[in-house]
Amino acid sequence: MTHLIALGFMLQGMCGALFQFIPVAVGGNVWRPKLVANTVQPLLLLGTLLLVAGLSYSRPELLSAAVPMFLLGLGGFVVAVAMALWRTPATGMTLWAMRMAIGGLAMTVLLGSLLAEAVAHGLSLPIIELTNVHLAWGMGGWALMLLAGVSYHVVPMFQLTKPYPDWLTRWFGPALLLLVIAWSSQLFFDSTWLPVAIAIPLLVILSVYAGATLWLQYTRRRKIHDATSLYFRVAMLSMLTFSFSGAVFFLFPTFGVDPRFAVWLGVLAFAGVFVSAISGMMYKIVPFLNWLHLQRLGAPMSAVPNMKKMIPAEAMTGQLRLHVLALCLLLAAVWQPNLARLAGVAFAASCAWLGWNLIGAIRNYQKFRDQIRANALHH
Amino acid sequence: MPVTDPLFQHHKHCDEIFASAEEACANGDWTEGDEAFARLFNQLETHFTSEEEVLFPAFESETGMTSGPTEVMRGEHRQMRDLLAQMKDALAARDSDAFGGAAETLLILMQQHNMKEENILYPMCDNALGATSVGATLVERLKAS
Repeated sequence: MTHLIALGFMLQGMCGALFQFIPVAVGGNVWRPKLVANTVQPLLLLGTLLLVAGLSYSRPELLSAAVPMFLLGLGGFVVAVAMALWRTPATGMTLWAMRMAIGGLAMTVLLGSLLAEAVAHGLSLPIIELTNVHLAWGMGGWALMLLAGVSYHVVPMFQLTKPYPDWLTRWFGPALLLLVIAWSSQLFFDSTWLPVAIAIPLLVILSVYAGATLWLQYTRRRKIHDATSLYFRVAMLSMLTFSFSGAVFFLFPTFGVDPRFAVWLGVLAFAGVFVSAISGMMYKIVPFLNWLHLQRLGAPMSAVPNMKKMIPAEAMTGQLRLHVLALCLLLAAVWQPNLARLAGVAFAASCAWLGWNLIGAIRNYQKFRDQIRANALHH
Repeated sequence: MPVTDPLFQHHKHCDEIFASAEEACANGDWTEGDEAFARLFNQLETHFTSEEEVLFPAFESETGMTSGPTEVMRGEHRQMRDLLAQMKDALAARDSDAFGGAAETLLILMQQHNMKEENILYPMCDNALGATSVGATLVERLKAS
């Protein structure tokens, strides 16, 4: 399940977004983007299905088969994106955050491949510690680093807020990277106090970033609310809840030993922070890309439908409400197992609705494209 | 002060006016919407022409790059002018949905455009035009609007 969300949803969305974001935000050019995307996406999809099937049905040969897919697909992606990020003449903390994030993705893939092989072949490796470190690189070093780097631009851009404070953008990424590296030391040292000494500053910087984002949104110049701004708010509130509850679990070991706390934190991180932030971004980027491609067909601009015609606003806010309900139910189900089935159904329905809205956007794009082409033939 | 600093500051000024116009029209306050949109239209047009008539020609003659980033920016100015025309029509028809849709599209296009200028083109212009009077001319034109 975790890998279906992390690889099937988050990673697909984040890799796709980089193709759009790198040229616009940091002036980089990904080498032959269509070829890279058309190669990486099928490999990623196949690798994900093999990995999930291998883990679900305990089939070592499927786990081993998934590894080359990830190494080849994501390895190629990392090289192509890293070349674009290091060749650009641009400067700034978004660029550095993206460079660190792509390094984080490389580490995540290497550790994940090692783990898959270790599980498949029963290698004598510290599986639990490796899993903890793999998770920290995936969620912190890659996903959160990228989210932060992107949000330095898109939060002020979509909602017309003030820019993030300089001190925050300068320190957040490097501090996050250092803490993830320090967290990885558990592979080599056995210490009871070290995880707490690293986790607490990590949770502090998470809450500073989430608090700053909420403050910027609260004081924004644009007063219009939409699904994107509300989704970002849900993501940041989830991150604050993650930080506060994480601090309680680490500081009071009597709570921390309960395995349900790990599930609580996992729900907040995956469904609360990343699914929310990525859904909100897609609701803005997909309609804009539709419009951008349609107006490149050469029709008069008045013939090109605007962004709001791509996905109905009510469908986006309705799906957002269901997602929030599903998130609350999932969190409640951690403590009340009898809610688990209902929570699962609500989350599945919310994800299906998101997919339906996005498919609707593609269908609208095709419909408008055909109309524009038909009109061009008549004139 | 960098040559392009007045244009950088002017982006923020236009954002402020955009937010006022969008809010007024979304709330059906058409009098305020008319006034704010007229200011937005005027300020964006001044911004575009300052770049097209002052900054871009100076950059092109200094560097010899005539078909690079300045050409892309000119194309995006055309797209933004078209969206402003759609917003003007929607305002005249008091159609808040059509206005909101065109405004949303303009905002994202404008912000992407500004990002490209601020992160890529303006630093190139600052390097190429530091010793010229382009900065002073830009200040004069933007102040006069």
